[in-house]
Amino acid sequence: MGNFQEQNQERNAEVAARSAFGGWSSRAAFNRGQILYRIAEMLEGRKDQFVAELVLQGSTSVAAKTEVELSIDRMVYYSGWCDKFQQVFSAVNPVASSHFNFSVPEPMGVVAIIADENTSLLGLVTAIAPAIAGGNTCVVLASESKPLCAVTFAEVLNTSDLPGGVVNILTGSSAELHPYFSNHMDVNAVVYYRNDKAEIKAIKENASLNVKRVFIYNKISLLSEQSQTPYYISDLQEIKTTWHPIENIGAAKSGY
Amino acid sequence: MSTTKEPKLNFNSAWDLAPAPEDTKHISLKKQYDLFINGEFVKPNSKKYFATYNPATEEKIADVAEADEKDVDKAVKAARSAFGKWSKLTGKERGKYIYRIARLMQERAREFAVIETMDGGKSIRESRDIDVPLAANHFFYYAGWADKLEYAFPNKNPKPLGIAGQIIPWNFPLLMAAWKIAPALAAGNTVVLKPAETTPLTALKLAELIRDSGLPNGVVNIITGAGKTGAAIVNHPDINKIAFTGSTDVGKLIQRSVSGTDKKLTLELGGKAANIIFDDAPLDQAVEGIINGIFFNQGHVCCAGSRLFVQESVADLVIRKLKDRMQTLRVGDPMDKNTDIGAINSKEQLGKINDYIKIGKDEGAEMYQSTCVIPKKGYFCRPTIFLNATQSHRIVQEEIFGPVLTIQTFRTIEEVIEKANNIPYGLSAGVWTDKGSKIFNLTTKLKAGVIWANTYNKFDPTSPFGGYKESGFGREGGLHGLSAYLDM
Repeated sequence: MGNFQEQNQERNAEVAARSAFGGWSSRAAFNRGQILYRIAEMLEGRKDQFVAELVLQGSTSVAAKTEVELSIDRMVYYSGWCDKFQQVFSAVNPVASSHFNFSVPEPMGVVAIIADENTSLLGLVTAIAPAIAGGNTCVVLASESKPLCAVTFAEVLNTSDLPGGVVNILTGSSAELHPYFSNHMDVNAVVYYRNDKAEIKAIKENASLNVKRVFIYNKISLLSEQSQTPYYISDLQEIKTTWHPIENIGAAKSGY
Repeated sequence: MSTTKEPKLNFNSAWDLAPAPEDTKHISLKKQYDLFINGEFVKPNSKKYFATYNPATEEKIADVAEADEKDVDKAVKAARSAFGKWSKLTGKERGKYIYRIARLMQERAREFAVIETMDGGKSIRESRDIDVPLAANHFFYYAGWADKLEYAFPNKNPKPLGIAGQIIPWNFPLLMAAWKIAPALAAGNTVVLKPAETTPLTALKLAELIRDSGLPNGVVNIITGAGKTGAAIVNHPDINKIAFTGSTDVGKLIQRSVSGTDKKLTLELGGKAANIIFDDAPLDQAVEGIINGIFFNQGHVCCAGSRLFVQESVADLVIRKLKDRMQTLRVGDPMDKNTDIGAINSKEQLGKINDYIKIGKDEGAEMYQSTCVIPKKGYFCRPTIFLNATQSHRIVQEEIFGPVLTIQTFRTIEEVIEKANNIPYGLSAGVWTDKGSKIFNLTTKLKAGVIWANTYNKFDPTSPFGGYKESGFGREGGLHGLSAYLDM
C-alpha cells in the first residue's frame, strides 16, 4: 500500500513537472533570475524558522545559522547565473563552409533529484537551484531523516512567484522511491546526491530504459564553494547546434 | 484523342553516362589483417579470422582477426602502459603527433577513399569529398586543442580520463574513427578502438598510418571483431571511458552494462529526423535538401531526414518535384564517379530495409520507387518514398537506416512541431522556409541536437554533434566534444 501511494505521489509530481516545463523553460532568463532572487529573499525572511528547525533536527545553533546563510547565498548565486550561463556555454562555430553555425544550451526537461540525506535545507537548495536556473522543472526527494525544512522550503517556493509544478518536493524513503524516479519514461535526467552503491547501480541501470542522463554527485562537500558552479547548470543542459547557409553570391565582400 | 496522362521522366537512356570508374590499382591491401596492439600488428589469441566483403560485388576483400577477451585485455594493458607517458607529455608535443596523423591522412586521402568505398559500399564521390577530408580535418582541428585545454573550460583544471574504449559503426568507418580518436588523444587519453565488423579496413589502414606517424606504441590500439569483442571492451574493468556510436538498442545495453562502474559514457545513437518543408520555402532547394537528407550515404545516416513533413498547400508540387529528382539519381557501382547512391552496406542491412518496405506497404502507406536499373550482383536498393504515411506507422516511428523516406503533410506550425517531437529520438531535424522568425520558432521548439535550417546533412569538426532523448548523450566535435574525454 505504501508503495502504491508513493508511486502515485511520484507520478503526480512528475506530471506536474512535465506540464510546468514548457512555461518555465520559455520564460525570459532574466525573469527566472528575478524569481530565484525572490526565493532567496523569502528564505531570508524565514531564517529564524529554518534555524530553529535545523536545531530541532540535531544541529548546533552555530551550524544551523551557517547552513541557512549558505543556502540563501547559494540561491542568490544561482539567481545571477540564470541569464549568464548561456553565454559561457554557447559557441559560434567557425565552420569551413558558407554557413552560420551556433550551439546553445537548452534545458533537458524534467529532472528527478534525490537530494542529500544529511542536511535538511542546504542539500535541497544545492540540488534545486542549478536545475531550475537552467529552465528545467524537477521532482525532488528530500532528506528522509531531516524532513522539516523541506516542508517550510516548499512554503517558501509557494510564496515566491515560482510557477506551480516547477519544483515538486517529496518526502520519503529513497530505497522505496528511487526506482520510480529512474524507471519513469517521461523523466529526462536523474541527479543523485547520496552514497548508496546499490541504489546508484540500480538508478543507472533503470536509466538505460529511455537513455536518461544520470549524475552522481556523491563526492561533493555541500559546505564548500566547489558545490556551486555553473557546471552544475550545464550538466542539465542539452547543446543544440543550428546551421543556416550564408548567401555567397556576388562580389561584395566585407572589405569595401 | 490524347489523354492528359502525367508525363513521366525516364533518364535511363538519355542520361546514360559512360562509366567513369575510379582507379583502384594504387591502393595497397593485404590479404589478412591482424590486431593493432602496442604499435604492431599481432596475431589474435583466438586464432580466428573473419572475412570482409565488398557489398557492391559480394567479393571477399580480406580476412580480419577476431579479437577475444584476452586480445582486448592485451590491448587495454598496452593502452594503460602507454597512458602515463602520453598523458604527461606537454600538450604542445601531443598536438604535434596529432597534426602528423592529419597530414598523413591528407597525403593518403585517395587510397583511403577507395578502400572506404570498396569495404562499405558508399559512392566514391562521397568518400572522396566528404568522409576522408572531414576525417583528416577532424584530426587537424583537435590537434590544436591539445595545448589549449585550460581555455576551453573556465575555472577547471581538466585532466585526461585514462583509457577510452571506443566502438564505432559501419556507416562512416574512417570518419567515426577520427571523431573518436582525435579528441581522446588531444585530451591526453589512450585508446582501444573497435571498428564495425563489416567495415574494418580503413580503421586498419589508419592503424598502419598511426604506426608510420611515430605515435608512441600503445597510445592507439585498433582491434577488430563483432559484438562479443565490443562487449569485452565495454566490460573491461581497466577502461575509464566508453564512447559508442551505433543503434539505440545496443546503446541501452551498454548504458546498463556500465551501471555498476565509474566509467564515463557518451552515446551517439539512432535517429528519425523530421525534415519540415513550409509553403514559403525555396522549393527547388528544399527538394535538393530532401534528397540529400535521405539518400546521402544510402540513407545509412543516424541523422538522416527520414520523416518528411510537407505543408499541405505545396505537398503535390513538392512530391512531383521529388519524384522527378529521384528519377535522376544514379544507383550502382560505388566506384563510379557518377554514382549518387552506392551499395547497401551488407546483405543483412538490405534484408532489414526490405522488411521495412514490406511493413510500410502492409501498413497501408503508398510506396513509390524510382525506376532505375540496379546491378544484378551486390546489395542495392532503389530510392524509396512512402506517401500517406501516418504518425503511428512503424516506418514513421522506427529507424530504417536505408534510402526510405516517409511523407506526412501538415497544416499548422503547432501540428508539425507536435508530430516532429512525438518520437523517442532527438538527434537532428531540418526546417525549410524563407521566413527567419519562423525558422527560430521551429529551431527553438524542436527537440533535437542538430538542426539544419535551409540546408541538411552538413558536418564540420568545429560543430558539436549529438542527440536529445533516446538518440544518446554527449557531443562530438567542437569545444563541446572535448568534455567527453576530460576529467573535470
